[in-house]
Amino acid sequence: MRGGEALLRSTGVPRDGHEPPRGFEAMRGRPRWLIDPVSVGLWVFMGVATALFSLFLFAYVMRIAGGDAAAIAWPKQVWLSTALLALAGIAMQRAARTGPSRDEAAARRALIAGGLLAMAFIGVQLWTWSILSQAQVRLNGNPMGSFFYLLSAMHGLHVLGGLAGWAVAVHAAARGDDARAARLTRLCARYWHFLLFVWVVLFAALAGITPELAARLCGVQ
Amino acid sequence: MAYADAHDDHGPQSFWTKYVWSQDHKVIAIQYAGTAILVGLVGVALSNLMRLQLGFPGVFKFIDPEHYYQFVTMHGMIMVIYLLTALFLGGFGNYCIPLMVGARDMVFPFLNMLSFWVYLLSVIVLMVSFFVPGGPTGAGWTLYPPQAVLPGTPGASWGIVLMLVSLAIFIVAATMGGLNYVTTVLQARTRGMTLLRMPLTVWGIFVATILALLAFPALFVSAVMMLLDRLLGTSFFMPALITMGQVSEYRGGSPLLFQHLFWFFGHPEVYIVALPAFGIVSDLISVHARKSIFGYRQMVWAIVAIGVLSVVVWAHHMFVSGMNPYFGFFFATTTLIIAVPTAIKVYNWLLTLWRGDIHLSVPMLFALGFISTFAIGGLTGLFLGNVSVDIPLSNTYFVVAHFHMVMGVSPILVVFGGLYHWYPKISGRMLNDTLGRIHFWVTFLGTYAIFFPMHYLGVLGMPRRYYAYEGYEFIPPSALHLNTFISVVAFVVATAQLLFVFNLLWSLKYGRASGPNPWRAASLEWQTPDTPPVHGNWGPHLPVAYRWAYAYSVPGAPEDFIAQNAPPEAGGFEPEPGHDTATRGVPA
Amino acid sequence: MAARPVQGGLCMVMAIALIVIVVGSVLFHFLSPWVATPLASNWHQMDATLTITLVITGVFFIGINLFVVWTLLRYRHKEGLRAAYEPNNHKLERRLTLFTSIGIMALLAPGLFVYAEYVEPPKDALVMEVLGQQWQWRYRFPGPSGKLGLTDPRFVAGNNPFGIDPGDPNGREDIVVNSNEVHLPLGRPVKVLLRSHDVLHDFFAPPFRARMNMVPGMVTSFWFTPTQVGRFEVLCAQLCGMGHSNMRGYVVVDEPQKFAAWLKEQPTHAMALAPPAAAAVAAAPGDRVANGKALAQSKGCVACHTVDGSAGVGPTWKGLFGKTETMADGSTAKVDEAYIHDFIRNPSARVVKGFQPIMPKLDVSDEEMAALTAYIASLGGGAARP
Repeated sequence: MRGGEALLRSTGVPRDGHEPPRGFEAMRGRPRWLIDPVSVGLWVFMGVATALFSLFLFAYVMRIAGGDAAAIAWPKQVWLSTALLALAGIAMQRAARTGPSRDEAAARRALIAGGLLAMAFIGVQLWTWSILSQAQVRLNGNPMGSFFYLLSAMHGLHVLGGLAGWAVAVHAAARGDDARAARLTRLCARYWHFLLFVWVVLFAALAGITPELAARLCGVQ
Repeated sequence: MAYADAHDDHGPQSFWTKYVWSQDHKVIAIQYAGTAILVGLVGVALSNLMRLQLGFPGVFKFIDPEHYYQFVTMHGMIMVIYLLTALFLGGFGNYCIPLMVGARDMVFPFLNMLSFWVYLLSVIVLMVSFFVPGGPTGAGWTLYPPQAVLPGTPGASWGIVLMLVSLAIFIVAATMGGLNYVTTVLQARTRGMTLLRMPLTVWGIFVATILALLAFPALFVSAVMMLLDRLLGTSFFMPALITMGQVSEYRGGSPLLFQHLFWFFGHPEVYIVALPAFGIVSDLISVHARKSIFGYRQMVWAIVAIGVLSVVVWAHHMFVSGMNPYFGFFFATTTLIIAVPTAIKVYNWLLTLWRGDIHLSVPMLFALGFISTFAIGGLTGLFLGNVSVDIPLSNTYFVVAHFHMVMGVSPILVVFGGLYHWYPKISGRMLNDTLGRIHFWVTFLGTYAIFFPMHYLGVLGMPRRYYAYEGYEFIPPSALHLNTFISVVAFVVATAQLLFVFNLLWSLKYGRASGPNPWRAASLEWQTPDTPPVHGNWGPHLPVAYRWAYAYSVPGAPEDFIAQNAPPEAGGFEPEPGHDTATRGVPA
Repeated sequence: MAARPVQGGLCMVMAIALIVIVVGSVLFHFLSPWVATPLASNWHQMDATLTITLVITGVFFIGINLFVVWTLLRYRHKEGLRAAYEPNNHKLERRLTLFTSIGIMALLAPGLFVYAEYVEPPKDALVMEVLGQQWQWRYRFPGPSGKLGLTDPRFVAGNNPFGIDPGDPNGREDIVVNSNEVHLPLGRPVKVLLRSHDVLHDFFAPPFRARMNMVPGMVTSFWFTPTQVGRFEVLCAQLCGMGHSNMRGYVVVDEPQKFAAWLKEQPTHAMALAPPAAAAVAAAPGDRVANGKALAQSKGCVACHTVDGSAGVGPTWKGLFGKTETMADGSTAKVDEAYIHDFIRNPSARVVKGFQPIMPKLDVSDEEMAALTAYIASLGGGAARP
């Protein structure tokens, strides 16, 4: 049993796989927080990552308003990787769905698929990098190139982190700890949707915020 | 559920798992605090090396401009990040939060343990930068490009790389820790412990942690981008330039972009240091004046308001940076607005003392020292926040005096006060009182003597970050003599800190046994069944909170404090929201 | 176990200490010799706002400390004393908030009014450009067209230290001041444009109060009107590397006629581009040393090389001439004329042991070279060959 779960145990509250732990009621009839700490922790981490990517985007807009950025022709592979990430999210959502009609084996397959598709996303991103670098789009030089590599790398690192969590979920499922696996799968699904959202916003900014638009946003002629 | 069951997840514990690879928040807190204090002593030594040069220019041949700027930079970075942030969040946060909210530990103990070791790694990487070719960076703690990565500034080859890598590692550690502190406050409070019954120490650290989680990413972004500029030739911050006669390959980057990102982090950073100090000092005053903190809810709102506002004031560090001048209006306004909740807090500390029962213990001495030094530090901020007054004062010693008073002196006085206050809980012994009083007086009066006159050097126009001031006609010789005086006082104050370190270690063995609650405080951490608290903190049953943490001198109560977990019959409930509650003092 | 009872008498000590701090601070303020430099520009309103701020914050500083003193004296722990129970007082808090907000507005309003003037330079201001570079200052005035020539680091060369674009016709007429001292006319507003070749700098002369950072890749600006005749020291006020504290400049404020005469004497960029006239008359040795000394200032050598033997960014010139210097690679060399010539012409060829390879390449004519060598030789060590 891990530390977090020992903590929950020690509050003297019975715990089963589905029902979120209770026991933090306030006096005076305040509403109960029916969420488990790992879920809250993930929301907080998603907040941190949102701050990080928002700041990268701010830096992006400010930098390409400078006037030396040239638009890049995006290879088709970017659409492929985006689609793979979306499919990964759908698979994860299917894996996470709870309810009376839940088919354990199908859920397990969907969980595996969700991870594999995320890995495929990383692979296609790397492929995109190699295509761009053959087209002479480098990290230094055109800042649009610099930001594409930087932002996709940062996002990719966060996907890798998610895959680490996914591996823990798969391990729990393989061991037969269904309650834990279900909880972790729900969290993975949430994180996968978040990663897709971040990637869509990043790519929309890279493709859609042209140097001219950025210059207007920054009030620079 | 029996207590034993909750801990059958441990096998028998060895020395290593109990004290080194520990997942217990108390051990981790001491690890953080010990590391932070050690690295802080390095920071003090660096400041003394700077003062050797400033007080006795040219006398010490090994302090040439290159080394001087390295001392300046490393002193600043160590003190702000590796000492103050780590100590308040990792040290005080780890120790106090679970105990004060009635939890057995942090919600993610393994992650908590990792966060310490990652912090230690970041310290090691930083120290390694002293030994690489070219030495550590000498770009100033603000690390402004382009100079930080160009020849002409010390450490522009490897020192800056190690500094940026160390900061990135630290940010990972801070995020891991921050997730713990925030989630524990939100999720692991014991029964009856509503958010508005938590002591202000927890509120201060809680809001500071939220700020840290949102602001450190800005430093991470700027560190990664500067690393790429330095190592891979990108031009995020590097414009077209010609350095040492060579035209560089960079083009199009913006040094101001770095400054915006850095200060978007940098300003909340000072509140990450100040808010825990505000929270802790509220508890120190309240306990040692035997009086509930005045206006608890307003204090909470002030902490939250300061935290929120701190995100929109950053460019007051950039009034003369060359940014769009019209931004100056906005940021001067927000900066002066943030003075209002801060002033409310000062009034409330004063009103807590008013009609209190003031015991001048060592923690109270430090708390009073905080009020006095924070007053001057905060008030001088009004000069610098008012954009047109800032213009002649920017980058002078006025700024140095201001930020030392408000970040270096007053929060450090709170650190000391907090350590004297909680040492009995951590160790079961009291710190030596006489040594504590000597430590206080030398530190308090000494730092006044160092930093008060410095404001005037700034008004005179003496710039900061200067290796030497010889040969400037507008600087009278008396100013150089003042520098010598300040240096001598600085050496004395630095030496006095060794007294404190000695006291910490000596009292572990020889300190007077303190008992579980020597200060007769009401908050939960003093109500543990064991002192020092054992693993799991509370024994078989978690406490239940029936009231707020400030039930002091409640009229009609037999003692002048009512513990937070005393049965409800004891009374002492927090005031109803919206109602004023006051009675005259009742003789015991 | 109760804590050891603490004597209330100790409160007296703290109260006295705070009173001493208050009285001491006030006395210090009035007796201190460290006051703002006499104002030499139009920005008296900045000084006035600073005074208002000082008065208001001074009142708060004194009040807060004396309040603590009062509580210590009145409410120190005595047997039988119990604190009052007053956890809040909303009316008082509201009043304090209002009162503080008014005080804040009283501070902010004058400051913003002054700032509104600061951001709008007068239309008829004289334009002057300051170019900052590690670790020296140069200045430029626009020619008759009133527009300064465009610049780029690519164009920087020995005879074009400003990097003026040769393709820009405005640039040829620019008046270039290739030294660290510039003159300005009394009483005329001047808009100072600021540029940097390499890193951040800041052009700050305290008597003028107004100043601004210079950022490579941008042109920043501020404005002021000189109101006092005199020679004012310029400081760099943004850490710019190891020579930061020696990056000296001077602004000389003249009567308008004297300024006009001075300006006429300065070369234009076109003239500076032309090869130097062979008017380098071999000056007498004494003059040469004096010229060398002046060049050491204006070319920025003093930023790194001291003349009194103290430690600097580069080797001190005292006793340098005739010495045998050791290089970083272990080889030695005698410091003679050839050594100095080589080092100035090609500073990155060798590195002296114990120093950084950061000496910038400066353009120095033969006559200037002779003057500098004479000056260095005069600082001790062997004698220069005649």
